[in-house]
Amino acid sequence: MNALVRPLESLGRATLGAFAGVGYAAALLWESLYFAAFGWRIGQPLRLRAVIEQMRQIGVDALAIVALLALTIGVMLGIQFIAALSEFGAQSQVVVAVAKSVTREFGALITAILVAGRSGSALAARIGSMNVSQEVDALATMGIEPVRYLAAPALIAMLIMLPVLTVLADAVAIVGAALYSSPALNVTPTAYILQTLSLLTPGDVWQGIAKSAVFAVLITLIGVSTGFSVSGGAEGVGRATTRAVVLSICWIIVVDMVFSFFLNR
Amino acid sequence: MNATVPLIEVEQLEAWYGRRRILNGVDFTVNAGEIRVIMGGSGSGKSTLLRHLLGLHKPRSGWVRLLGVDIARAGERQMLDVRRQIGVSFQGGALLTSLSVGDNVALPLREHTNLDEATIRIMSRLKLEVVNLGGFQDLMPAQLSGGMIKRAALARAIAMDPKLLFFDEPSAGLDPVVSAELDELILRLRDALRMTIVVVTHELESAFKIADTITVLDQGDILMTGTVDAVRQCDNERIQDLLNRRPREIQVDADAYLKRLTEEAA
Repeated sequence: MNALVRPLESLGRATLGAFAGVGYAAALLWESLYFAAFGWRIGQPLRLRAVIEQMRQIGVDALAIVALLALTIGVMLGIQFIAALSEFGAQSQVVVAVAKSVTREFGALITAILVAGRSGSALAARIGSMNVSQEVDALATMGIEPVRYLAAPALIAMLIMLPVLTVLADAVAIVGAALYSSPALNVTPTAYILQTLSLLTPGDVWQGIAKSAVFAVLITLIGVSTGFSVSGGAEGVGRATTRAVVLSICWIIVVDMVFSFFLNR
Repeated sequence: MNATVPLIEVEQLEAWYGRRRILNGVDFTVNAGEIRVIMGGSGSGKSTLLRHLLGLHKPRSGWVRLLGVDIARAGERQMLDVRRQIGVSFQGGALLTSLSVGDNVALPLREHTNLDEATIRIMSRLKLEVVNLGGFQDLMPAQLSGGMIKRAALARAIAMDPKLLFFDEPSAGLDPVVSAELDELILRLRDALRMTIVVVTHELESAFKIADTITVLDQGDILMTGTVDAVRQCDNERIQDLLNRRPREIQVDADAYLKRLTEEAA
């Protein structure tokens, strides 16, 4: 009997836990947006300084690494597309293939994964350790809503910076592809880039930007909610950090697939 | 506010962690101007009581009224109003590690007042002077010793000149001299700033030194509330155990013991 009940019981617990997690994240999203919009009315204003500080940590500090990775991805895509398309003698299609796949897919995806690793984990670790050392309680008793003080600035900053980073990644990746592919295509890099610009539609770029906004919400909510639910000291903080990164990246990839499906029908 | 209305009123407060009951219908009143010490051994429920008093937990049943406001049913505005009038010094200090000591103390002022930066700086330095940490405002919390962290936390707690100050385990983890200094500081605060102070502690010496009245908590029940002398002379066995550091005599129930050993799942 026990052998039958146990797995069912743990399945039930896990399901309930997952639903509770999603519900908690939704409540966090609502509260963060509420404080951002109406916080000043109830004495809980969102501080511009906190948002700017978060924007620096999430966005500006990530510029170099995002650019470097995007450049690498661009070169890699150039290599692969030239190799694959030259089998059909269609090298010239490399330009459009790179342009569309970068703006619609890779720019947003790579940036989001990188930011999840950098800032999602940092959010979880920071809030988690604050939770463990009672700093979150201290904020609450001082009349400073922890969600307003810790979550809302991160959410707003992420919503601004992730799309910005994505556009940057798009541009750099295309430059990377241009640098590699233009000799193979017998054009100058400038000509390659000009051709890319003429082939791209605003819709392509918007697709990436729309995705990145959704990723921004996912990364922040997962980071913040795992941080707030930390218990069990330093080990708990470590576990939360890992969990935040793994969960964010899983969600990013799944949501990306779903978006791609619906946006390309 | 009318001086005869108690600052803290707790009625029939029950608290549970899962299926374990921590507080069994606690009644508790603190009047303006007194220093109340909540005393009890580990696991007596004193920390849980404190968390309910601070509004960090919602009571399963019963009422907690701070400054006349029922905090479980108060609106956000009302709650914020109450929180501006209370100060809390946590056991580990709970200073924000990303801010300097001065910024920690200035935080409540920056968040809740429209004072200009120069005034806030002067006020936060004044509070640091009160706790004998003048000149330390630029250090980070990680650079402070245990006693300094507690004093800095106290400075932050009194930044808004609260009516009501909560102090969790002021002497935990401190050497006797530093903890005696903290006791002096608490007494001075009450006399100088007319605060009502609630201290949670298990340190007898410090409790007897600072308390006007003591509430003794044991396994979720209030054993007694009274003046220092009344507690000293009380003939309740558990209170005397606590006062004389006698170990509890634990009665072993053979059946329950066997059941615990052999049970598969809790």
